Amino acid sequence: MKAELEQLLKRAKSDIEVARNLKALDDMRIKYLGKKGEVTNILKGMKDVAPEDRPAMGKMVNDVRETIEVMLENYKEEKKALEIKEKLAAESIDVTMPSKQLVRGHKHPLNVALDEVKDIFIGMGYKIAEGPEVDTVYHNFDALNAPIDHPSRSLSDTFYITEDILLRTQTSPIQVRTMKQQKPPIKIIAPGRCFRNDEIDATHSPMFHQIEGLVVDKNITMADLNGTLDMFAKRLFGSQTRTKFRPHYFPFTEPSAEVDVSCFKCGGEGCRFCSGSGWIEILGCGMVHPNVLAECGIDPEVYSGFAFGMGLDRIVMMKYEIDDIRILFENDIRFIKQF
Amino acid sequence: MKVPVLWMKDYVDINDIDEKTLIEKLILTGSNNEGTHKGAAALENVVVGHITEIKQHANADKLSICQVDTGDEVLQIVTGATNIRVNDYVPVAKHGAVIADGIKIKKGKLRGEVSNGMLCSLEEMGYEKSCIPKAFDDGIFILDKPYPLGMNILEALNIDETVIEFEITPNRPDCLSVIGMAREVAASFDRKTQYPKGIVKGETGDANDYATVKVTAPDLCPRYVARIVRNIEIKPSPIWMQFRLMHAGMRPINNIVDITNYVMLEYGQPIHAFDLDTVSDHTIIVRRAEPKEVLTTLDDKARELDEDVLVIADPNKSVGIAGIMGGGNTEISPATKNILIEVATFDKSNIRKSSKELGLRTEASSRYEKGVSVSLPPIVVNRVCELIEQLGAGEVVGGIIDVYPEKREATEIAFRPEVVNNVNGTNLTLDEMIEILQKLEIQTVMKDGLPTATIPYYRLDLEKEIDLVEEVARIYGYDNIGKTLPAFDAWGAKTNAQRIEDITKLELIASGVDEILTYSFVSKKDLDKINLSEDSILRNQVTLINPLGEEYSCMRSTLMPNVLEVLARNSNRKIEQARIYEMGSIFLPKELPVKQLPIEKKMLTIGCYGEHEDFFTLKGIVENVLEGLGVSGYLFEKETNHPSFHSGRCANIIWDNHILGTLGEVHPIVCENYDINTRAYLADLDFNILLQITNEERKFKAIPKHPAVERDIAILVKDEITSYEVEKIVKETAGGLLESVKMFDVYKGKQIPDGYKSVAYALIFRAEDRTLVDDEVNVIFENVLKVLSSELDAQLR
Repeated sequence: MKAELEQLLKRAKSDIEVARNLKALDDMRIKYLGKKGEVTNILKGMKDVAPEDRPAMGKMVNDVRETIEVMLENYKEEKKALEIKEKLAAESIDVTMPSKQLVRGHKHPLNVALDEVKDIFIGMGYKIAEGPEVDTVYHNFDALNAPIDHPSRSLSDTFYITEDILLRTQTSPIQVRTMKQQKPPIKIIAPGRCFRNDEIDATHSPMFHQIEGLVVDKNITMADLNGTLDMFAKRLFGSQTRTKFRPHYFPFTEPSAEVDVSCFKCGGEGCRFCSGSGWIEILGCGMVHPNVLAECGIDPEVYSGFAFGMGLDRIVMMKYEIDDIRILFENDIRFIKQF
Repeated sequence: MKVPVLWMKDYVDINDIDEKTLIEKLILTGSNNEGTHKGAAALENVVVGHITEIKQHANADKLSICQVDTGDEVLQIVTGATNIRVNDYVPVAKHGAVIADGIKIKKGKLRGEVSNGMLCSLEEMGYEKSCIPKAFDDGIFILDKPYPLGMNILEALNIDETVIEFEITPNRPDCLSVIGMAREVAASFDRKTQYPKGIVKGETGDANDYATVKVTAPDLCPRYVARIVRNIEIKPSPIWMQFRLMHAGMRPINNIVDITNYVMLEYGQPIHAFDLDTVSDHTIIVRRAEPKEVLTTLDDKARELDEDVLVIADPNKSVGIAGIMGGGNTEISPATKNILIEVATFDKSNIRKSSKELGLRTEASSRYEKGVSVSLPPIVVNRVCELIEQLGAGEVVGGIIDVYPEKREATEIAFRPEVVNNVNGTNLTLDEMIEILQKLEIQTVMKDGLPTATIPYYRLDLEKEIDLVEEVARIYGYDNIGKTLPAFDAWGAKTNAQRIEDITKLELIASGVDEILTYSFVSKKDLDKINLSEDSILRNQVTLINPLGEEYSCMRSTLMPNVLEVLARNSNRKIEQARIYEMGSIFLPKELPVKQLPIEKKMLTIGCYGEHEDFFTLKGIVENVLEGLGVSGYLFEKETNHPSFHSGRCANIIWDNHILGTLGEVHPIVCENYDINTRAYLADLDFNILLQITNEERKFKAIPKHPAVERDIAILVKDEITSYEVEKIVKETAGGLLESVKMFDVYKGKQIPDGYKSVAYALIFRAEDRTLVDDEVNVIFENVLKVLSSELDAQLR
């Protein structure tokens, strides 16, 4: 019987070694260890073994069974790993083939940039005010201290609907509307479309976009304006950005300034974007003129404020290196899909 | 304002300051730089030469051969110039010279004769044709007198000068002058401005004996000053003056005209000279023009005037349009002997108006319309006379005619130092403020306990305390003011409407729609192009008085034409597929003609075309938007009458009896109008209504724990039965266990009788609390079939 067991073990070993797959392995398990398997059959022969030899023989049979079981288990894992490997190899693809295109929409670049500006100012505690595109001469000029014979009021500069109604030439009328509706403290930005009687060419558009800012409270100073716009410029153009405030003139602010930022293309070294100067003009600003505050029902002896305005189109053109303003309103989707 | 730097240095000592520092500092004190250039081109190796011989070229009629002495050598130069004479001193570009536009001069042969260089014209020296004196318009520049031979021409003439162009803001007309800019330089660098003396040494007689001035319109002419010069000799002005004028952008004419232009550029005050002997009775009358009065101005144009135009006249005729242009009848000519120099102040609004109405804008009018100080005329007229005497142009008559009925006092402004500091965010002492103001020639004294500043006559822009606040700030330096942030509590946020707009755009982007932005003004013809009926309410449009053209003549009353135009543009550029939206305002008048501001209403218009686009893709996009906004319970109701849409493929979106919008396939005629050669689709939604019905409330619904039972149903119904009708019956009949019903097939054709269609739906049943058994579902299902059959005459297939 011992010899029989050794033979069996030998056969089982070679059978398992040649088993090609998991199914064949399972067949071997049944063949040797199943209810009617060869090991079981040998156990059935135990009744012929002398009783004193039975424990030893029993142990031998069990050892053989365990050996086969371990063998089966080892081979099974090996085979499974092999089979998965083969399956994966067969399913290999060319990952450089083109993707399945999902349709994705894109915001217009002007709004991409506007959203960025809005986020910056909301983060600084501003709300967003809005106003009509068609507004009154009063809101657009009179209340803003614009001299009555100022050239910007002329038909060659401004689009009129009637003598008293026009297409706003700036977002500043929103300032006026806000101050008339709301008591200080006021902290808003006001983006929107504006219109000027300019023939269309690469750098002029009769419609363009401005973003206005207005802060009114007690003790608002020019230093607050400097600090606010410096922080804004650093957020929008990068923390290395420097600002330069140049005295300027606007009827609705005093003191007034134009603000240049260090060129965000060359960092101030001078390049073709900044015409070699290292600086790019981005906005106009100043302390709200006392006449404007008073006209809007805010006592200039108690309150002060600052205002600023910038051209969104210009910022977008600079930022994305767009050299022709017309492309912004042509809406070729190959353009829009770049943003 | 073009400021020649050497000229400016006559009035302020800045020899220790380089030009870069000068420009940068002035930018920071408010005079922005608009560019700098040299007066002449960057000439190399162009020197003074003396023509010693001129011979006709043997082989060319139009060429001559000159021998030109340049000191160390005598050069043979072949030239085509005709204005040269032996003994002339001329600029010579030698072999290897560089002239204007970087052109290099090399020796060569012209028709067999050696030419060792070139004689230069002013244009070749880098001057604009419009600035070149008529005498040298078309030939070589002949120097006025001998200069050291071989000397660099720019050095010899002392014209190696930088010209700085400053941007002058409209509040600072005083800076439209070389002296004005010198004052800014002086203030910026803490220097003193040196003014011309304006003193005539050898005057005789009294002007009042030679001429009389009457001002009958003092409202339009607050001051009229005149002086007389006798025995003038018209000739070219000295070379230094000619070049300064050219560098400032003006053409030299003759000594008298040049002096008036020179002093105008010096002070910013226009000046006019009349030939006194052509003025009847030697009497100047400043009056309003007669109706239809005609005057021929210096430019030889006869101009019809009206009573709003101020004229300078003599008792018989008008002799000039005040502050704009003189008349041809009193023009200075080579024969002129005696002149009257007019230096006057005119009302700026009137000059602006007249200049605009006459379509005549001159150096004088553009200065007057910005404002010129009433204190300038005597200073300026004396300066003119000083130069006339210095240049030997005539004999200045003593005395000054000054018609100045209403004398104006110097402006005084009291200011509070704490206001200066509060507005600027500075911490300056009163003494520091006074010192800054002094740099601007503003003197401060204490009056009634307040520091009070006396404003120099030329600063017409300084009227109120806040103006001084700004002056202190800009000279102190904006960059010396600190950087702080406003110290008050405010939280930033978008309004609900702004958030909803964001959500809407997000949904559209997620649905593959690109955003477009188009003009708010459109053509009136757009409404024809979208087929709108003549009586459509959208035909009531807000129109512009002064549009850029018909194409941009009225405010849009619908976004559909704008979106269609963009679809067309993309389609014509062979882009296979496009999905676009615009969210923007339309403008609806409250009445016509417009009296009040129109209603501005936000619309959302979506458009698409392309192989994979149809009514249902667009419907899906619209549904995505509505879902994003939490709008439910809306219906798509067939619309067959909208003129812009395909009558069989159009629907209104209805919510609680409101029309949210319309969508459909664009009418083929409309596509044709826009030259769109494919099917296109449009959805036009009223965003104002969407804003109102947006529902941002969301409530969690448990994920189902029990399995669903699915039943498909295929029925035969008449063509006109809508999917909505079938679904409605299924939902009503099936009751609460029905989770969803969805069409998955429509079939017409073989085996289906004409006028019928086969439709198939998937019904899903589920109970929240248990696993449904077939029997339960079967009962419901049978009932659904029964009702469909009885209500819609549906047959089970």
